[in-house]
Amino acid sequence: MPITLPSFIEVERMGQTLLRMSGISKRFAGVHALKGVDFELESGEVHGLLGENGAGKSTLMKILAGIHPVDEGEIFIEGNKVSINSVKDAQTHGISIIHREISLVPHLSVAENIFLGKEPVTKTGWIDWKKMREETRKALQQFGLELSPEMPVKKLTVAQQQMIEIIKAVSFRAKMIVMDEPTSSLTEKEVEFLFQIIGQLKEQGVGIVYISHRMNELFAITDRITILRDGTLIGTVRTEETTTDQLISMMVGRELTQYYIKDSAPVSGGEVVLSVRNLSKKGVLNDVSFEVRKGEILGFAGLVGAGRSELMKCIFGLDSFDKGEIRIDGRPLTVRTPNDAIKNGIVYVTENRKEEGLFLIRSVQYNITIKLLDQFIKWFRVNARFENQKTRQFINELSIKTPSPDQEVRNLSGGNQQKVLISRWLATNPRVLILDEPTRGVDVGAKAEIYAIMNRLVKEGVSIIMISSELPEVINMSDRIAVMYKGGIRTILHRDEFSQETIMHYATGG
Amino acid sequence: MSMVYGIRSFIRANLGILTGLVVLCVVIAVLNPNFLTTNNLLNVLRQTSTNLYLALAMTMVIILGGIDLSVGSVMALSGVVTAMLIALFGAPLLLAVAAGLLVGTLFGALNGYVAATTVIPPFIITLATLNIGRGAAYVLTDGQPVRVMSDAFNFIGSGYIGGVLPTPVLYSIIFVILCYLIMNKTKMGRYIYAVGGNPEAARFSGINIRRVKFFAYTFSGFMAGFAGIVLASRMFSGQPTAGVAAELDAIAAVVLGGTSMTGGYGRIGGTVIGALIIGVLSNGLNLIGVSSFWQYIVKGIVILIAVYADVFKRKTA
Repeated sequence: MPITLPSFIEVERMGQTLLRMSGISKRFAGVHALKGVDFELESGEVHGLLGENGAGKSTLMKILAGIHPVDEGEIFIEGNKVSINSVKDAQTHGISIIHREISLVPHLSVAENIFLGKEPVTKTGWIDWKKMREETRKALQQFGLELSPEMPVKKLTVAQQQMIEIIKAVSFRAKMIVMDEPTSSLTEKEVEFLFQIIGQLKEQGVGIVYISHRMNELFAITDRITILRDGTLIGTVRTEETTTDQLISMMVGRELTQYYIKDSAPVSGGEVVLSVRNLSKKGVLNDVSFEVRKGEILGFAGLVGAGRSELMKCIFGLDSFDKGEIRIDGRPLTVRTPNDAIKNGIVYVTENRKEEGLFLIRSVQYNITIKLLDQFIKWFRVNARFENQKTRQFINELSIKTPSPDQEVRNLSGGNQQKVLISRWLATNPRVLILDEPTRGVDVGAKAEIYAIMNRLVKEGVSIIMISSELPEVINMSDRIAVMYKGGIRTILHRDEFSQETIMHYATGG
Repeated sequence: MSMVYGIRSFIRANLGILTGLVVLCVVIAVLNPNFLTTNNLLNVLRQTSTNLYLALAMTMVIILGGIDLSVGSVMALSGVVTAMLIALFGAPLLLAVAAGLLVGTLFGALNGYVAATTVIPPFIITLATLNIGRGAAYVLTDGQPVRVMSDAFNFIGSGYIGGVLPTPVLYSIIFVILCYLIMNKTKMGRYIYAVGGNPEAARFSGINIRRVKFFAYTFSGFMAGFAGIVLASRMFSGQPTAGVAAELDAIAAVVLGGTSMTGGYGRIGGTVIGALIIGVLSNGLNLIGVSSFWQYIVKGIVILIAVYADVFKRKTA
């Protein structure tokens, strides 16, 4: 079958409904990720999809892409009811998704990537390289890209790679393209170029779902915006009839349930334990300064990709930075490795506990004591009593539910795994505890327990830095909140200034 | 009591492969009763010993998530160096042995340094040092064996302790205990499991990954050096062709012992049984009169079956 590149796409009548998703529901292991969501996309429309992290945007789009099966609800494409059970199905229906992470094969050429899995063949059955190159050249020209079809993709800039993804999508005869935060790693100029391309696609009648948190972008290119919150459809608005403030108030507004709240008085006058001055890392962090006081919980809010984890990794010695200074108790600190940080009482509990935190096939005891070995192993002598006692102490204090200290950590629930990881770091008697999304993927009960642990620690004088994408959590637990946007701290809010709207306002670049 | 507990947990952890070893012994004993004589059993242990030295260190390297292909060549080189120092330069025995061990250790240190500080895969690094070591052994000897006429040197690999216990078996016992202690009782042992099990988590925990890698490869080099000296002593000569493909038998023993090739999981006890299976197999096949050509084929099939059975057991467990 001949491959059709953009030039062959017929211009469709504008305003025709391409896609209608109706009453879409989805559950994951007890979590109600989507609750009866409706969504519509017209041809030639750019439809923004907006919501906090975890609001259900990605789940909705993954259902559309055939990655997750739908539990309830119907999908209509150009008026016909369809069922999408695989990525292949989605492609057949003209749906194409451009993920945040580029999914091209780096070693293959531009042409090979565009034609991957649908290479044209000659009559004798060999790959028709000439045709592939020609078609690719045409497509590149049309999008104004001055690239050779033979160029390996890994040599292209992120923006160029994204363009190749778009060309690839269009070459699948995509009628609908979903772009998941496409500008997160683009420069201003590249964004402008992307918008031009989106303009072209619009004219050809392609419908575009545009997921982004950046208000200025949404206002620049979308026709309509749909807002999700906690898996529920909040509403769809015409872009020209709405305002940033209205969008933000639709996005936030989860209930600030009271069962977890920092129960000690806000800290204001305590001594500064950790201070960071003008920390910069090219393309990642931009002149970041803040300080943390003794017994304080400093929250870090911001959207995914704002640079919060990257900042903490620099402070913990996992990444290097270009400029800036870190001080502990007023004296300058050089952190080249995590051990430099640990020795000075700074520890970091990663957000990815399975990938970067735990040794899953080893025991609870092994995982808790791995940073304590100096205290109970001398050459070949293991003080097993000390080790058992320490393990039991943390199992009790953090009420880790495990049949025995010898249980492999992979068999524990998410919440108990998280508590094991926190125990490992508490065992080092930290002065500054950095918690990155400490309650992600843990159940409500374990959440409350983790908050209780945090409350206890700050009373003992430990300072806590908590990165959290859950606004109620960060509002209830923090003494102050630093809001990050595009690698910089946009503002630091005090308790009397906390509100979901204010935080979201700064987090989206306001 | 803890001794009994230790033996019990050892049996439980290695039940499948232990059964295999016992079945193998029974079959061979039925076909040729001479297999079960004390003399022959000691013989099996002695024949197993050099492979066991290599396999013990290889266990650490593989649990770490690496591989060491250079050990066979390093064996030859250290044997040659020791033999030459005694035979051609009249060096004192201790000095010659120390030099042989040093050569092995330095090769291991080189592997470890490159593995720790670059992104070159250990397979490639040690493939390179495999060639360098073998080449060096040939260059030094001009391809000829170096004979050693020294009773003291010969005692190292061919002597008996108390008239019964072959010296290589004594070393086996010492090294098994040493490696068991390293893996189970030291900080380094825990770090090896950590780095092999989840390198990212090890990094995020502030474990000095470079030092752990450097240690494991250096130890592997040292053990290869030691194995080379024992082998040279048993052959009364340093031979540049010694230990060809020895690394593969060592890896086979490790894998038979249930250690995961992807790292993070494995036991010294398993490797001991794995090495014994390979030793019993070649001794038994010789006794039964199977030609050495066919022995390779049998060994290959046994490895496949054993590892498949192990994977199967772990999936259903």
